[in-house]
Amino acid sequence: MIGEAAIRAGCRFYAGYPITPQNELTEYMARSMDNIEDGTFVQAESEIAAINMVIGASMAGARAMTSSSSPGISLKQEGISFLAAQELPAVIVNTMRGGPGLGNIAPSQGDYFQATRGGGHGDYRTIVLAPDSGQELADLTRTAFEYADKYRSPVLMLADGMMGQMMEPVVFPEPIDVSLLPHKPWTLGGAEGRPSRIILSLLLNPAKQEELNWKLERKYETITREIPKAEKYMTDDAHLAVIAYGTAARIAKGAVKRVREMGLKVGLFRPITLWPYPKNDLRDLSRHIRDFLVFEMNTGQMVEDVKLSLEGKSNVHFYGRPGGTISTPDEIAKMINTLYHRQNLEEE
Amino acid sequence: MKKVFQRPRYLKKAVFHYCPGCGHSIIHRLIAEVIEELNIGEKTIGVPPAGCAVLAYDYLDVDMGEAPHGRGAAVATGLKRVLPDHIIFSYQGDGDIAAIGTAETIHAANRGENISVFFINNACYGMTGGQMAPTTLLGQESTTTPGGRRKDRDAAPIDLSEMLAIARGSVYIERTTVNSPKSIRKTKKAITKSFKIQMAGLGFSLIEILSPCPVNWKMAPVEAARWIDDEMIKTFPLKVIKDTAGKID
Amino acid sequence: MAGKKGMITIDSELCKGCYLCIAACPYGLIEIFDELNQFGYYPAHFTGGNDKNRECTGCATCALVCPDVAIEVYRE
Repeated sequence: MIGEAAIRAGCRFYAGYPITPQNELTEYMARSMDNIEDGTFVQAESEIAAINMVIGASMAGARAMTSSSSPGISLKQEGISFLAAQELPAVIVNTMRGGPGLGNIAPSQGDYFQATRGGGHGDYRTIVLAPDSGQELADLTRTAFEYADKYRSPVLMLADGMMGQMMEPVVFPEPIDVSLLPHKPWTLGGAEGRPSRIILSLLLNPAKQEELNWKLERKYETITREIPKAEKYMTDDAHLAVIAYGTAARIAKGAVKRVREMGLKVGLFRPITLWPYPKNDLRDLSRHIRDFLVFEMNTGQMVEDVKLSLEGKSNVHFYGRPGGTISTPDEIAKMINTLYHRQNLEEE
Repeated sequence: MKKVFQRPRYLKKAVFHYCPGCGHSIIHRLIAEVIEELNIGEKTIGVPPAGCAVLAYDYLDVDMGEAPHGRGAAVATGLKRVLPDHIIFSYQGDGDIAAIGTAETIHAANRGENISVFFINNACYGMTGGQMAPTTLLGQESTTTPGGRRKDRDAAPIDLSEMLAIARGSVYIERTTVNSPKSIRKTKKAITKSFKIQMAGLGFSLIEILSPCPVNWKMAPVEAARWIDDEMIKTFPLKVIKDTAGKID
Repeated sequence: MAGKKGMITIDSELCKGCYLCIAACPYGLIEIFDELNQFGYYPAHFTGGNDKNRECTGCATCALVCPDVAIEVYRE
């Protein structure tokens, strides 16, 4: 899904390295790029090489992408830091699996901190998009390429193995005409009829480095203003809202449906952008919802962003299952039910 | 009188930050001269390394895109695949190419990426202050090989160029130096050949250039130039290591 | 300058006094100047080659080995 959506979004360069559970994407790109005249697929010798090939392709102006799963994404962090510093657009897909270390190949959300806090070295941010369905995978892939070009920034798609292997009908957006994409005035293409150009990240003069850091920060402020996005599901009359993203949100939605049938006034808040975090939407919700249950497939990472957003004004509860274990909607429904009654929410 | 030698067009008018007697700036000049002679300045893109020569973009007046340490061949691959009609070169030191970037280099060579790689071998980590490089000679003093490099403790120097010659995709690999008028002329010929191979679409070429680092070697420049002849070429003999391209016009 | 085959100019602000040109000149026509340049180096200096037997031919060997592109060469 991501592969086809990427190509329709004008992706013309893909480099990757085999790692489960995301090989379908690499294999799809190998087949597809072969049939596109100006398309390039490279099976790299490592995740590090792959992200660096993406750096080169992005410098040359192509819409470029790489993908991997958790341990491989760790290896790419050096390159992601360079992409951020050199203000190069690129899309990176992380199909998360259980960790730390080699972990396992089951769906997990253990890389939230790595994704939303930058991941590599230095003072930077990465746009992070978290789809929860096949359709959204396709839609957000296009959005990812658009944001990457618009903000000249790496964009991370945060998915997991569950989503990677999901089979559901998807309507793909129409392919774009790559030749009609806006001209990028900063790319390297030989200094014909213009002064030579440098794309660098070494700034030995601290004043110059500070200048870049503030420039990036101003860009991140713009991004924080313009793109935060979340889905609110049955939250209007809710006394309690579950907060979850990606696969966890799908499970949570099932749980919300179940407890609604039991008459509990419960909704779901699903962040779609994890950085920037949809703080304002969540704060709006906290005007009439006092209790939030954060559900993650880890031991508690996004819950920190929830607490930061709500600034102690609401009760934030947490339920997590790490390691690649997958909760059932019934399990979450039970958690909601217990919490709902413990907090006497039916009284309200 | 007619001016017969001057700063080449693709070398910016800037004072080099390199130490007195350093080989980097000679090699920069040769690359600039060849770019001018082959008339490829408007379609050449260089990839500088991490190390002393990271600032190569302050001197070479062509498009330059900086790579993370060791990743020059991978970044050059991305550039070349998107811009196959352009001339792409990476410029890398011995630590960059033969230690941290070994994998990227070997695989770019094996894929036969149609790029030119200039491998500057000064037998030490210059910018960080003279630590042992993969190419440091046995017995050579460095800040991390007290008493000289020892095989049992520090391993023997790596013959990266010879290793790359085994790679199926490499076309032309030569080791030269820049310590004398004759060797400088020879290096320029090798750089020219490398670019011509790329222009002909033949594949991966690499020129390893033994380059003096007088300050870290703790020698005067003239002495450093002599040390290359007296010592360095015993470990790294000057020769065409591989050439399947033959004569190129 | 009449009758001379060649000459060089050395930009003393680019020169770092590495002596490589001095070692390279076949006629010994370059020496070190006794005044510092603005970077604190004693730069190389072309003596002019006034001796008929030691005359600059404009061979450019000095410029070839100069790491700092400080030398320009002229020839008849």
